[in-house]
Amino acid sequence: MNTNMKKQFNRRDFLKVSGGAAGAAAVGISLYSSTALAAKARVVIVGGGMGGAMAARHIKKADPAIDVTIVEQNANYHTCFMSNFVVTGHRQLDYLAHGYAGLAAEGINIVIDTVIGIDDDAVKTRGGKSIAFDRCVVSPGVNFKFVEGHSEEISNTKVTHAWKAGKQTQLLRDQLTAMKDGGTVLIGAPRNPFRCPPGPYERTALIAGYLKKHKPKSKVIVLDPKDKFSKFGLFTEGWRIHYGYGTENSYIDWINGANGGSIEALDADSMTVTAEIEDFEADVINIIPDQKAGHIAEVAGLTDDSGWCPVNLHTFESTLRKNIHVIGDASQAKGMPKSGYAASSEAKVCASAIVAMINGGNLESPAYVNTCYSVLSFEPKDAISVAAVYKLRQDGSKIQKMSGGLTPSGDKRNAAHRAREVDYALSWYENITSNTFAD
Amino acid sequence: MQLKTFAISALAATLVAGCGANQTAVKSEASDKGATKSAPVKAKAKAKPAVIAGASGAMLASTCEGCHGTDGASTGPATPSIGGMSEDYLIEAMEEFRDGDTQSTIMGRIAKGYTDAEIVAMSEYYAGVDYVGVAQSADSSTVAKGEQLHNKYCDKCHHDGGSDASDDSGILAGQWAPYLQYTMEDFMNGDRDVGRKMKKKMDILLAKEGQSGLNAIISYYSSQR
Repeated sequence: MNTNMKKQFNRRDFLKVSGGAAGAAAVGISLYSSTALAAKARVVIVGGGMGGAMAARHIKKADPAIDVTIVEQNANYHTCFMSNFVVTGHRQLDYLAHGYAGLAAEGINIVIDTVIGIDDDAVKTRGGKSIAFDRCVVSPGVNFKFVEGHSEEISNTKVTHAWKAGKQTQLLRDQLTAMKDGGTVLIGAPRNPFRCPPGPYERTALIAGYLKKHKPKSKVIVLDPKDKFSKFGLFTEGWRIHYGYGTENSYIDWINGANGGSIEALDADSMTVTAEIEDFEADVINIIPDQKAGHIAEVAGLTDDSGWCPVNLHTFESTLRKNIHVIGDASQAKGMPKSGYAASSEAKVCASAIVAMINGGNLESPAYVNTCYSVLSFEPKDAISVAAVYKLRQDGSKIQKMSGGLTPSGDKRNAAHRAREVDYALSWYENITSNTFAD
Repeated sequence: MQLKTFAISALAATLVAGCGANQTAVKSEASDKGATKSAPVKAKAKAKPAVIAGASGAMLASTCEGCHGTDGASTGPATPSIGGMSEDYLIEAMEEFRDGDTQSTIMGRIAKGYTDAEIVAMSEYYAGVDYVGVAQSADSSTVAKGEQLHNKYCDKCHHDGGSDASDDSGILAGQWAPYLQYTMEDFMNGDRDVGRKMKKKMDILLAKEGQSGLNAIISYYSSQR
């Protein structure tokens, strides 16, 4: 879009806002949906994961005249959710892989390249491209804050994080299968906030399940700087029921923050972790580091002191930079967790806002949702979930939970429903990925 | 997606500081009716802050897609396709989940988050899209038997081989077999309200044909598109 048109947009936005009660009602999409204008609006999306791919698809669906480009560094995206199933051999790595052919077929431009900077009207790539935009959506996921002795390089070769799925997921799987019976698996859990809050504890459960079946003299130790975590009661109950948690023969030993669970350093050569109170040696170490917004968000000046990106919760436009929206794990979507479903829901609300802003229409009233399944055991089938339906507070300060909650536990635990929740989790996977990647 | 322009109340739109976005004035769900200038009334314990209401059917429906598929065409075997169902059926299903008349894992928790008007709006949306039956393998040896049993016991309400979306009958043809199995279990266990007529037919079917008769009917539905 040329500067002229941008001015028109801004003038229109200004009119709508200043017109307030008198003028706004009359400004509908129909007045401004001239294709000549819309066809020249360009949206560039940085990151083709759950947030970015969904935003692209939703914008294109709402208004095919908008030119939509995804810039993504990998030709295939591997979902982080369900990657624990690959670690324990219940699925192969390919199960997690999604390409971009489906989105390309719907008219979305796909550029496989790495974004190294975001100007006010164009993104710059490592491959030397400058891709112009009127609006940009940044959905870069998370970046890691490694402890002393840990690094991206070490995570690729020896001590995985496996918190972005792909080669490291397979490496962790291979390490687990190569481990001798009687070995120790050590998982380091991160501080809040982080991607997929129940994920480390599902990983713990499923690895315990693998050990119970294949290497019953082994155990998994979790070092956790926190004293509580997502679905805490449900996980500890599940660990007890399936893996003897809390007994002498437990497959799981969870060391919380109060008991020295905070990891201070790693010595990958000796496979030793230094925690707050004592050192731990293990045969397989998986440290999920503390997290912050994806690197490009930081480079582009979209993060605040917290390391995450403050946004308007109705449009997901950055409060730090104009015309740039941030969705998914990197954003501070206050009230919502950092999950794949949340990213997808944010993407839809953001896409709707972008289409309205481009076409000069009013913003739609938003609706948000999240559901997270965690599998405690495959034999017998036992999964749990947390769900929430949200609306935006009128003052825009928070995405307010309207209903939701957890799978029942204790006296209300329903084994038949637990088994079904495994099937619902697997069905959810099929639906959310086909909804996102059109595959 | 349809963009709707909402009537603007007396609220003035506000600009969010440092942000180019325009905040639209929208209808309030929790109104300020009770507020007066006198001493503040003691706040009720669980009063939620006022939220923005009035989401369109399309916006609301978009939140269902993660589990029920794009435009309600499910690609996951345990979840039903809801796109193309009748409005009556969808409204009733949601209300029964919400009120606990249908036992569920997750739907009860979710359905409670929507108002009556929102349930109508999302149902209207899904009733307006095309139903997409799934291609799946069915036990071909029992399909013919299933069709026969369907015609005898089910077709009166689930017309045209269970493909008709009229009124409050769900579309059965082309639904995933695992979903159909779960739903029949729910009906039989009393976890889902089964109307008087259907209960009668089901009882006769089970008495005469047993579980294999029911399985044959499911094979038949899953062989249809």
